[in-house]
Amino acid sequence: MSVDPILEAKNLAFERNEKPLFSPVNLVLSSGEALHIEGPNGCGKTTLFQLLVGLLQPSQGSIEYCGQPLSESRYDYLANVIYIGHQSAVKGMLTAEENLRWLSPAGTSCDELAQALQLVGLQSYADVPCHQLSAGQQRRVALARLATTQAKLWYLDEPFAALDKQGVELVENLMDSHLQNGGAVMFSSHQDLAKITTRKYSMMRAGPCND
Amino acid sequence: MTNLHSGGFKAHFCMDLLLLIRRRSDLARPLIFFLIISTLIPLGIAPDPQLLMKLAPGLIWIMSLLATLLSVDSLFGEDFQDGTLQQMLISPNLLFMPVLGKVTAHWLVMGLPLTLLSPLIGLMFSLPVDAMLPMVLSLALGTAVLSFVGAVGAALTLPLRRGGVLLALLVMPLYVPVLIFGSATVQSALDGLLWTGPLAVLAAFLVLAIILCPLAIIGALRVSSEG
Repeated sequence: MSVDPILEAKNLAFERNEKPLFSPVNLVLSSGEALHIEGPNGCGKTTLFQLLVGLLQPSQGSIEYCGQPLSESRYDYLANVIYIGHQSAVKGMLTAEENLRWLSPAGTSCDELAQALQLVGLQSYADVPCHQLSAGQQRRVALARLATTQAKLWYLDEPFAALDKQGVELVENLMDSHLQNGGAVMFSSHQDLAKITTRKYSMMRAGPCND
Repeated sequence: MTNLHSGGFKAHFCMDLLLLIRRRSDLARPLIFFLIISTLIPLGIAPDPQLLMKLAPGLIWIMSLLATLLSVDSLFGEDFQDGTLQQMLISPNLLFMPVLGKVTAHWLVMGLPLTLLSPLIGLMFSLPVDAMLPMVLSLALGTAVLSFVGAVGAALTLPLRRGGVLLALLVMPLYVPVLIFGSATVQSALDGLLWTGPLAVLAAFLVLAIILCPLAIIGALRVSSEG
C-alpha cells in the first residue's frame, strides 16, 4: 500500500463551550477506500464532517488534501468534495429534476439528470414538487447527486437515514462504482454495509462526562 | 441552466426568482400591507387633500421601509434551514456574486413592485403629478438600499428563532438616512426645489451598499452557519 492519501486529518479537535467535543481524530483516506465513521449519538460525527468541509474551524489539528495543507489547496479541495448532510438542500418548492439540476455540477445534461433519477428509482417523480415526496424519496433526490457529481471525495453524513432496503442497496452500488473509479468515500452510519468492504473509525466522546 | 455550483450571479438570481414566484402568497403580503395602510391613512386622519399632500412624502417612505423590513427576514431563512446555505458556503467559488444575485432577486420582487405601486398611493394622497417622478426614482434607488442593508441584518439574525425584533433594531438605524434622503427628494419636488441633490445621495448610498453589503452578508452568513 504505497498509495498517497487523498485526505489526512491530524489530531483534529473541536471545542464547544470550551469543552472538547470528541477525543482528537486522526484519519487517513486514500483513493478507492471507504471509511465508515461510527460512534454513539452526540459524539460529534456531523461536527467532524463540518470540520472537514470547512464549515467549522477546528480548535486544533490540521487537514491535508493530497499532501498539502488546506490553506494552500482550498479551491482544488472544495472543487473535489461533495457533502450531503442531514439537511440535504432539497427544496420543497422545486421538482425532483429541478432540485437535482440545481445541485449538480454546471453543464449536466438533461439525459444525465434523467439517468440519475432513474438510478434512484424516481424517474416517474421527476416533475413532482419535492414537498409532496416522502422523507425517503427526498433523501433519494439528494443522493441522486452522487450519480451526477465528479467529486473525488464523498462525505456522506448518515446517507441511509430514512431509506428503505432497496434504497440502501442503490447507494451502496453508487459508492461501489465510485470506489472502483478511484474515488474515496467517508460516511457515517449506524448500520454495516453488506456489499462493500469498509474501514471503520470509531469516534469517542472526549473523556467521561465531567459534570 | 441554473446551478448552485456555477457560482455566478445569474444562477442564484434566477433560482431565487423562481422560488419567490412559486411562493406568491408570501410575496404579496408586504405589498398588501403597503396598500392597506395607505388606504387606512386617509380614512383615519382626514380626507383633506392639503393635509395628505403634506404628509405624503414621509408616509409613503415609512410604509415602504416597513414593507421591506417585513419581507427581508425570509431572505436566507429557507436556505439556512434546508442546507442550501451549507452547500453555498462549501462551494469553492466566491460568494459575492451569488449573494448579489439573491438580494437583486429580492429587490425585483419587493422593491420594484412597491415602486411601481407608489404612483397609485401618491394619487390617493393627492400628490401632484410633478412629484411622481421624483418619488418613483427615489423609491427605486432607496428600496434597493433597504434590501441590501436588510439582508445584512437578516444574515446576522439567521440562527435566532425569532430574530424579527432584533433584526428591526439592528437595521433601523441604517434605514434612517435612506428615509431622510428619500422623503427629502419628494419633499423638495413638492416645494418646487431641485430634487436631484437628495436623489444623488441615495444613488451614492446604493453604490456603497452594492460594494460593501455583500461582503458583510458573506461574513454574517459564515458566522451564522457555525451557530
